[in-house]
Amino acid sequence: MVPLSYYLVLSGILFACGVLGFLIKRNIITIFMSIELMLNGVNLSFVAFAAHWHALAGQIFVFFVMVVAAAESAVGLAIIIAVYRTRETLNVDQVNLLKL
Amino acid sequence: MSIHLIMFIAFGVVCVAGAINLLAQSHPINSALSLIAVMGALAGEFLLLGAEFVAAVQVIVYAGAIMVLFVFVIMLLNAGAEERTQGSRVAIILGVPGMILGSVLLAWVVLKHSGTQAVAVGALPGPPSTIGQLLFHQFLLPFEITSVLILIAIMGAVVLASKPEAVQKRKEH
Amino acid sequence: MPLVPFIVASVIKSIIVIFILLTAVAYTVWLERKVVGHMQNRWGPTRVGPFGLLQPAADGIKFLLKEDLTPPHVYKPLFLAAPMIAVIFALTSIAVIPFGTSITIAGYNIPLQITDVNIGLLLILGVTSIGVYGVALAGWSSNNKYSLLGGLRASAQMISYEISLGLSLVGVLILSGSFSLRSIVEAQSGLYWGFIPRWNIFPQFFAFFCYLIAAYAETNRIPFDLPEAETELVAGYHTEYSAMKFAMFFMAEYANMITVGCLATLLFFGGWLGPVAGPAPLRVILPVFWFVLKVFVFLFIYIWVRGTLPRFRYDQLMAFGWKFLLPLALVNLIATAIVVVR
Repeated sequence: MVPLSYYLVLSGILFACGVLGFLIKRNIITIFMSIELMLNGVNLSFVAFAAHWHALAGQIFVFFVMVVAAAESAVGLAIIIAVYRTRETLNVDQVNLLKL
Repeated sequence: MSIHLIMFIAFGVVCVAGAINLLAQSHPINSALSLIAVMGALAGEFLLLGAEFVAAVQVIVYAGAIMVLFVFVIMLLNAGAEERTQGSRVAIILGVPGMILGSVLLAWVVLKHSGTQAVAVGALPGPPSTIGQLLFHQFLLPFEITSVLILIAIMGAVVLASKPEAVQKRKEH
Repeated sequence: MPLVPFIVASVIKSIIVIFILLTAVAYTVWLERKVVGHMQNRWGPTRVGPFGLLQPAADGIKFLLKEDLTPPHVYKPLFLAAPMIAVIFALTSIAVIPFGTSITIAGYNIPLQITDVNIGLLLILGVTSIGVYGVALAGWSSNNKYSLLGGLRASAQMISYEISLGLSLVGVLILSGSFSLRSIVEAQSGLYWGFIPRWNIFPQFFAFFCYLIAAYAETNRIPFDLPEAETELVAGYHTEYSAMKFAMFFMAEYANMITVGCLATLLFFGGWLGPVAGPAPLRVILPVFWFVLKVFVFLFIYIWVRGTLPRFRYDQLMAFGWKFLLPLALVNLIATAIVVVR
């Protein structure tokens, strides 16, 4: 038996690592991966709460999160390719102009 | 110490180590691989909670499709090691203490207020048939909306990733 | 079943299955060389042993004893890890494949399968989708343009065809109502009109067609072997690999072929179902025989296709996957759903 709080703490740690990566990483792709890490942390707490409250809706929500993550990564990676094509860098600090 | 707790800790350690490795590595491909390890270990945690279908989908969709896309883009752009720049200093100064403070606060609140209610192994089995029933009855509208979202995302990705000259040429015609 | 006999039975089963699988991989290579040789009016291997039957052993010793080169400019950790990833995930998927009914030893009923899980089919799909990383990382870490092109092609191709592969299996899942491979096979027992076996191939012919084509693309076999197209990319993703590391990719490819054959047999051709008669030991052995026979037929078709078809061009491959195979799988899925619901 594992207390629910352990799952929540693990989920919180993953989410915090995601936030930290989002803030300190300079490579667009790694920043994107940090977002995925945050979503994964949230998924864990969804599933843990679903098991705790005996409500399967929590697991359904994980699927919606995955769909959003898939859509987001498809568009995001397309944006990254477009950015790289015009600026030839993946460093976010050098992507600071709105015009090309 | 029950076998359940041991497995929870084992998967949890892999998760946290992978997440920290993601931050520590400077090359994006190493970060991507550690994220895949995190996702695999999370699938294990889902199995411990009884969500077998979610675990399978986690591996197939997240580790097997989304992360392949990431690795593909890293390979395609031949992304090298990350360049450190000055701009990140503020983020480090604010981010690290902020993260530690936030985690400690969150852990304290969660541990203090959730009591010692335990979740048993396979507490809530999520067989595919039941999940399908829920998804196509109670959650039919959100499901349809996500399909529209996916469609829009596909079109957006195609437009964004196509070469600018190709778009220009299409406009001229 | 108590814990100790369960563990003993599982360990013994795992060892036997891995041993048989590795032998099968070695002899599939032999079979391929022999069959393709005869198709091209050659003899294939003849020198080592009768009919060249010891050729796999000789090849294995050769791979072990050859110099294991690591080129100077590779990214070493991934260069070493990539073949291991490929071979580990290729061998893992055999764990949930049932190859017979069950036997009774010392009062315990032991199913002929390493483990029967509820989500067996999903597990195989997950494991094969992770296997892409072996090829992709090998291509990237070799620091060679041909390898990189091979790795890029492999990952794009495998993502594209995985969708058709998954959708083609959903029709079968609708008919059998389970992800467990054992229940899928058991749902196919019986006969249509008294003489045609109730195999899924009859109601799901288009799904089978989709599955087979997508599976050929997933295993990077001719006519979809663009990741290792030797006429354009030297050897594709494994250009820089030598000795045992190369042999690992080779083993992974053939193990994947066997998995595909097993899955096709289980999902569409009734697995171990077939005429069974005679005394009790024969009733256990015959199903295994039927299963092995059906898998062998699929391996033969693989080799036959290799000996017959030329390679696709890359844009043809992508157009075929997205514009023909995916719509076909979707139409089949919708048709199946309508028939079942009605």
